[in-house]
Amino acid sequence: MFDLLGVPPQVLFGQLLLGLINGSFYALLSLGLAVIFGMLNVINFAHGALYMIGAFVAWLLLTKLGLGYWWALGLSPLIVGLLGVVLEKTMLSRLYKLDHLYGLLLTFGLALIMEGAFRHFYGVSGQPYPIPDALKGGQNLGFMFLPNYRGWVVVASLVVCFGTWFAIERTRLGAYLRAATENPVLVQAFGINVPVMITATYGFGVALAGLAGVLAAPIYQVSPLMGSNLIIVVFAVVVIGGMGSILGAIVTGLGLGLLEGLTKVFYPEASNIVVFVVMAIVLLIKPAGLFGRER
Amino acid sequence: MATQSKTTSIKTAGVKTADTQTTTIALRRPGQDTARNTIILGIGLLIALAAPFVLYPVFVMKVLCFALFACAFNLLIGFAGLLSFGHAAFFGGAAYITAHSAKVWGLGPEISILLGMGFSALLGLAFGSLAIRRQGIYFAMITLALSQMVFFMALQLKFTGGEDGIQAVPRGHLFGVIDLSNSLSMYYFVLAVFLIGFAVVWRAVHSPFGQVLKAIRENEPRAVSLGYRTERYKLLAFVLSASLAGLAGGTKALVFQLASLTDVTWQMSGEVVLMTLLGGMGTLLGPVVGAAIVVTLESYLAATSMPVPVVIGAIFVVCVLVFRRGIVGELQARFGRR
Repeated sequence: MFDLLGVPPQVLFGQLLLGLINGSFYALLSLGLAVIFGMLNVINFAHGALYMIGAFVAWLLLTKLGLGYWWALGLSPLIVGLLGVVLEKTMLSRLYKLDHLYGLLLTFGLALIMEGAFRHFYGVSGQPYPIPDALKGGQNLGFMFLPNYRGWVVVASLVVCFGTWFAIERTRLGAYLRAATENPVLVQAFGINVPVMITATYGFGVALAGLAGVLAAPIYQVSPLMGSNLIIVVFAVVVIGGMGSILGAIVTGLGLGLLEGLTKVFYPEASNIVVFVVMAIVLLIKPAGLFGRER
Repeated sequence: MATQSKTTSIKTAGVKTADTQTTTIALRRPGQDTARNTIILGIGLLIALAAPFVLYPVFVMKVLCFALFACAFNLLIGFAGLLSFGHAAFFGGAAYITAHSAKVWGLGPEISILLGMGFSALLGLAFGSLAIRRQGIYFAMITLALSQMVFFMALQLKFTGGEDGIQAVPRGHLFGVIDLSNSLSMYYFVLAVFLIGFAVVWRAVHSPFGQVLKAIRENEPRAVSLGYRTERYKLLAFVLSASLAGLAGGTKALVFQLASLTDVTWQMSGEVVLMTLLGGMGTLLGPVVGAAIVVTLESYLAATSMPVPVVIGAIFVVCVLVFRRGIVGELQARFGRR
């Protein structure tokens, strides 16, 4: 066996894969945040909590109704998305005329409620969620062993990310969306129902978080706290990437996941903070973020 | 300097006519309002002096520490319009430094607290100079992320004791003379610390510096066009706020003889936001009232089976949706100006 910089390749590639998976979740979540921010000017603090709810819905579907992973993959984002629509219609929509910070504060409160409630009923310990039968086992790639499920997570989230990018940048609906981000009043004057579009955008962004939750359920355990620490890293990712571009959110998310994986190999003590350190450096060099526009 | 800033606020009020309340208030305030303020403060002081004979002293000390913390936070959000979501880093960070100085180095309480405060000031300088590079919502996210970094460091570094924190911190003798293990002398020490901190906030808000901060809050491009280097004002406000948060955190570490991870979590940052929001952002007494209510509520809830975060979150949501002025802000709006 050959060594890379004194590290066995199994360890290196194993951690890189884990980093790539984390990066996929960062990408999915920061993508949702970016889409929501573009349309609503709200930073959705509840994103982490909704990711957690996505995972919990999958777990509840399995344990209470006996519906498996593939059902959850469709139903859970739908349920989380509907929850998002309700939240937007009843609460967030009242705040658009005010300072954007109120949106952050409101969603922070919502995140506390959701996490607190799940903690109250299910405790802090994680619930295991089995890997679906079709994705059990793994491939031996020669230099490392790739569990099928982990490969699936990376591929699935990449497909969803690029699908979203395509829908926003290359379709007619996406064009309306981008136009409404630039100038909602004008777009409304052209006869497009902007309020409905805003609601749908929030629902969609939140559904992405729910989807990420389902994908994460078999890898991490399903626990009420799984979202709260993740969301802060995702905020840092968003600051690093800047929220100006969809592609930027995806690339930054994946890149930082990989970087985190590398740090785990070479200097594990710093792996928790490496993303924040990168954020500080980016702020010093390019305050608007790597892909951001100064506004 | 003083005259310059006065003309600023007059100009702003004249141009904007009635659309911003705050600037017009600043012009009307002197006179009978000062008398009313003195009466309110006098009554508050009497209550604070008598409190340890009626209530459990440690509880009131906790309220005072959090009240000072919230006042420090309010200096940023209420007067400079900067929402920091990472103030726990200064509060909890100073608590660790103070606890370490008192326990391991055996320093006196006043030196330990000053060291903790100095640490928070430096940390505030570092975080502040990064965070003010972005505005609004990004400012909040950056401060949150940076404070999370402090959390992970507190979790991993040796001297912080990880999950256990630093326990059994000696309160020591104030100036080498007054024994602070007596809860009554500790109480009056904490009250003095709080009053000093509150006076600093009051002085800062009612100074030309405070006027410039308000100008930045209302309209930053305009403040820039008037020739103010707004980054410097914002940074100074940030450092001042961080230092006072550190003062509160260091004092709290001595009160509870404990510095723990709880104080550096993002939930703690959120809690101070709630105290300020509930009491009234941009009012001087609001954070004190908010802190008293939240601390009282939490100690009641701890005895029941109600999940605390859910209640806290619900208050957050209600405040943001229908009660944005907060308690003191609402009272001011109902019963005259202030």
